[in-house]
Amino acid sequence: MPERQSGVLLGDDQTPSEGSSEEEMIAGLRAGDEAQATRFVRANIGWMRAVAFRLLRDDGLADDCVQDALIKALRNIGKFEGRSKLKTWLHRITVNEALMKLRSRKRLEEDLIDPLLPDFDENTCRIEAPWTRRISAEEILSQAERRQLVLSKIGELPESYRIVLMLRDIEELDTAEVAEALGITEGNVKVRLHRARAALKKLLEPLLRGETP
Amino acid sequence: MKGAMLRKLPLMITCREFEDFLLDYMEGSLPTRQRRIFEVHLAICRECREYLAAYRETIELGRQAFEDPAANPPEDVPEDLITAVLAARGGDPKG
Ligand SMILES: [Zn+2]
Repeated sequence: MPERQSGVLLGDDQTPSEGSSEEEMIAGLRAGDEAQATRFVRANIGWMRAVAFRLLRDDGLADDCVQDALIKALRNIGKFEGRSKLKTWLHRITVNEALMKLRSRKRLEEDLIDPLLPDFDENTCRIEAPWTRRISAEEILSQAERRQLVLSKIGELPESYRIVLMLRDIEELDTAEVAEALGITEGNVKVRLHRARAALKKLLEPLLRGETP
Repeated sequence: MKGAMLRKLPLMITCREFEDFLLDYMEGSLPTRQRRIFEVHLAICRECREYLAAYRETIELGRQAFEDPAANPPEDVPEDLITAVLAARGGDPKG
């Protein structure tokens, strides 16, 4: 597994550091050290909650998810092989826990995404209205309501596509990892990712073209 | 017009074929020859060029939207959640 630092939000500032190396913490956890367990939970619960919330979009479910993920991590710390960073390992546990919650809440059915896919004419030529200007992401996000609109548009994507986009583009899992987490083929991950991005482009076009008042 | 032309010429792909290669192109996993074909299409097709630019901006917009703290739950974690985790962990013997 590639050494991934973290997803966009997982700043390194939250890595446990005050007077204890990661190895010491792991050793402490394995030995059942209560103080280390408390520090471990406090150091990681914040960003884990953010990951769970991004995927589940529900405070209560996200908290359940984080609780289950941390308990699982603490019980299985003996299985942590140290080939990745502890944080990367925890991120995977959190994502898997969130996916389990998603499945139990709502089937990841093949929702209809066709109306949001790109348009072609009868000669298979793309239909794309000319772009006289394109607003940058930075400019769009400088306004709170527009940022909220972007987030809600991502939420409008059919669930089985939204989740692939979130895992690849936001949580930064690679294609193989997403395929494994969702139990689908890598080819299927790629198709869904591309469709999700194409659909999102269509949903965000008024913003990108500067047509949203 | 363009569609018919693109289908007939060698080394030319249609917009729909361009669409099928898009993800591999962006991930840099297209073989050299296919990448050249892709780039030829980009050079001659205004629609796909603008589409690709907007597609890239969309990915960026999604990424950056989540970087904002407002997109995430408050940083102060409820103490009862921390307590619950530690209690549940302590309550069950290891193994
Ligand atoms: Zn084209």
